[in-house]
Amino acid sequence: MRASRHLHHVYGWLLLTPAAILLLSFTHYPTVATIWQSFFSTGTALRPSSFVGLDNYRFMLEDEIFWKVVGNNLLFAAGTIPASIALALLMAVWVNGRLPGRALVRMAYFTPTVLPMIAVANIWLFFYTPEIGLLDQILRAFDLPTRNWLGDPDTVLWCIVVLAVWKEAGFFMIFYLAALQALPPELEEAARLEGASRAYYFRRVVFPLLMPTTLFVLVNAVINSFKLVDQLFILTKGGPDNASSLLLYYIYEVAFSFFDDSYAATLTVVLLAALALISLGQFLFLDRRIHYR
Amino acid sequence: MTLGTRRHGRGRFGALLGAALATAGMFAAPPATAKTELTMYYPVAVGGPLTKIVDGLVADFMAENPDITVKAIYAGNYNDARIKALAALKAGEPAQLSVMFAIDVFELIEQDAIVPFDDLVGAEGRAWLDSFYPALMANSRALGKTWGIPFQRSTIVMYYNKDAFREAGLDPEKPPQTWDELVAMGKQLTKRNGDQVERWGIMIPSTGYPYWMFQALAIQNGQELMNAEGNETYFDAPATVEALEFWVAMGRDYGIMPEGTIEWGTLRQNFLEGKTAIMWHSTGNLTAVKNNAKFDFGVAMLPANKRRGSPTGGGNFYIFKQTTPEEKQAALRLIRYLTSPEKTAEWSIKTGYIATRPDAYETPALKAYIEEFPYAAVARDQLAFSVAELSTYQTGRVRKALDDAIQAALTGAKTPEAALADAQKLADRVLRRYR
Repeated sequence: MRASRHLHHVYGWLLLTPAAILLLSFTHYPTVATIWQSFFSTGTALRPSSFVGLDNYRFMLEDEIFWKVVGNNLLFAAGTIPASIALALLMAVWVNGRLPGRALVRMAYFTPTVLPMIAVANIWLFFYTPEIGLLDQILRAFDLPTRNWLGDPDTVLWCIVVLAVWKEAGFFMIFYLAALQALPPELEEAARLEGASRAYYFRRVVFPLLMPTTLFVLVNAVINSFKLVDQLFILTKGGPDNASSLLLYYIYEVAFSFFDDSYAATLTVVLLAALALISLGQFLFLDRRIHYR
Repeated sequence: MTLGTRRHGRGRFGALLGAALATAGMFAAPPATAKTELTMYYPVAVGGPLTKIVDGLVADFMAENPDITVKAIYAGNYNDARIKALAALKAGEPAQLSVMFAIDVFELIEQDAIVPFDDLVGAEGRAWLDSFYPALMANSRALGKTWGIPFQRSTIVMYYNKDAFREAGLDPEKPPQTWDELVAMGKQLTKRNGDQVERWGIMIPSTGYPYWMFQALAIQNGQELMNAEGNETYFDAPATVEALEFWVAMGRDYGIMPEGTIEWGTLRQNFLEGKTAIMWHSTGNLTAVKNNAKFDFGVAMLPANKRRGSPTGGGNFYIFKQTTPEEKQAALRLIRYLTSPEKTAEWSIKTGYIATRPDAYETPALKAYIEEFPYAAVARDQLAFSVAELSTYQTGRVRKALDDAIQAALTGAKTPEAALADAQKLADRVLRRYR
């Protein structure tokens, strides 16, 4: 009896091993190594690395560009998260109804998601280009003043936000669409029999039932708002004067343009901590308010 | 031998490709003599089918040197190429040679990544090192040695739309020679329709490589931006501030250039569509402009203020340290082949980059080309007024400090003086330990 239970344990652990090895070597070890490295100076072939304690963190607090990109990232999150979720829900409700050419509309909404970001950014670059870009040509047709969209610190970040919302909304729509289709039709029939208006039905029945999906989408949207930087490489390179730079892009610049690995590690630790805190908060506080079936 | 494919570091696809080739390799007959395999990264920063041209040159080399196999890998822009080369190096699978930014030299020396050519070429080769234009070698020499061989090198030239000059009542054969003429002509060339500008007088790109364009303005104002040792910058010198003030004024005060920053990547399209009468851009764009311009265009040296001037720009060949002596010699043969007068001439004709040595301009091909298209010689003639491109230790950080300052001034976020003072402070902070 005891031997068979023992064997059972071994069997379980063996099954877990492949996943555990992958997690350890590609998630946990790099995380620990990054935290470890953030306490050392960057070494070059001629100047070996040495322990500097919290120096990198002190440097970070004095780094104006760091604060600038953190501010940008918060604005970017505030701009993309609610807009893309609202748009996704709207599109999902729309294409869930009986409308002609439904498959075509669904596909059209989903297209931005499947296109590679780099290709998309190259297209949007020509939308935003002053004088010859699509946007300026439209404005010109209506005799409205044109702008240097990506060259102006007041507009550049919002140009990036619009692109991100456009890119993401279709992806989130798929989750909402799946959730909407899983709703039992009896609910709607019952609501109609009771004389509930469509708005009331949506507010009190559909939306609460979609909350688990909303939490999932929200978590993804938050993570994406820190993760989505591909477009910057093509559109602005973070400029002008860091007006459109985001935290992850700045980490890339520090690591691969300045080759300051340790400072990049320091910034990564901050990003990791922030994301961990946000996710934790979402699960702890929102989870309680969500109705799971 | 098939392991060589893994060197590309292309991740999943590279590994897949490697596996596929390894399978294929098992069936291939072993080569009679040991072949030397070389991997070379190269960047492309301008328009036109440059990858095809490089592939063609490399194929010619392999046809003439059957004992050497070269894999030339397009690695994105200059930054990407450096990142890929150094990442491969850190991973212990380095390329043997690469074309990288001429101004990466201090960074590469500090990473202990490259070898000086002086140690490789032997006595006879010293004459070869001296066969290039001295202005192009200025960024190659550091610590008393030669670390890079000029390949895709450029200066900034002024492209102008002759039809626009005629329309504005200007002589199309007399492009502006000084800053004052540039402003005066720019005002005539700027075409407005009510509040709308239909054509700007001039555009100078301020994304991508803003420091490069700015260096031209600073030199024209008689100011160098750094010392030859690469450990001091002069960003807050009065003449530097004046140069940035002039750049800002072109948009804000004279109204001949759009305010804000101007995108490097789409500027050529703006010029080709007639949205600006003048653009400053790399001479590496010359052939692409020539092939696509639907109007009469001209090319001229940049105008002068206190003097004429443009920084040189572009990429050099480097040989990496982690290579065998045989690989080093094979790499050297490839570089000598690609920089021979005939091949340099061919490269220059196909792209617009400067032929890097005077004797290339004596070859029949390039002579005939310049006869037919004299603008191909503008960049070379401008070499007489050229200086080394901004290059320091910690060059990425120093360059970004200057780039940010330029963009802050152009977008009106800071005054030129304040922006450049900030950049100088940051540069001082990172360069202090190299003095």
